[in-house]
Amino acid sequence: MSIDSDIPAPGGDEDRGERRPRMAEPPNITIRRPFFRRRKSSPFAHADAPKIDYKDVKLLQRFVSERGKIVPRRITAVTAKEQRALATAIKRARELALLPYVAG
Amino acid sequence: MESHVEMTLYEHTVIARPDLSAQQAQALADSFTEVVKAQGGEVSKVEYWGLRNLAYRIKKNRKGHYLHLNIKAEPAAIAELERTQRIHEDVLRYLTVKVDTFDEGPSQVMQAKASRDERGRRDRFDIRG
Repeated sequence: MSIDSDIPAPGGDEDRGERRPRMAEPPNITIRRPFFRRRKSSPFAHADAPKIDYKDVKLLQRFVSERGKIVPRRITAVTAKEQRALATAIKRARELALLPYVAG
Repeated sequence: MESHVEMTLYEHTVIARPDLSAQQAQALADSFTEVVKAQGGEVSKVEYWGLRNLAYRIKKNRKGHYLHLNIKAEPAAIAELERTQRIHEDVLRYLTVKVDTFDEGPSQVMQAKASRDERGRRDRFDIRG
């Protein structure tokens, strides 16, 4: 086939042009890994990171969903140890009505 | 009566009924300090967090006065303190947390409050100016 194969030739051959698929050209394939994600590092990793504290409502709110649920660490990228500390801190804050048990 | 029972560090937070005045709430903190002292403990810091909104209702209250005490005492003193608070009608809830060390300076709640107040003051100034 010639280069202008999917463009119907002007004049005379309209029947042929209709039958031919309009988007015959394949899409540009760029090589990329579909599920590649950059490894996130823990938000508590750097030196001046805040300490996990049940009184620090603002900090704890970042690890709680809109519904008030504790966000899994596969999303927040905190370490297992930090997640355990966060869980107890959030539960203490809930007991003091600083955070809700259920929100929204 | 010098005993050699180990003293432990505790952070103790009390939520008091919202219909108290700020003075009454702070008087409540003083009375709890007395309870601890009577049991041979000491209170190194008392913070009044103010009348805060509760995240959910406690005994039909939407707000509460928060008191936060740093206590160094024997376990028996904490037991006595908690016993009086269970009886006390002005106390909605309390939480005692054993800690290894006390944080220096004002707690996170007080810091957050201070920065909020600071912002509020600045906003008001901007409106005026």
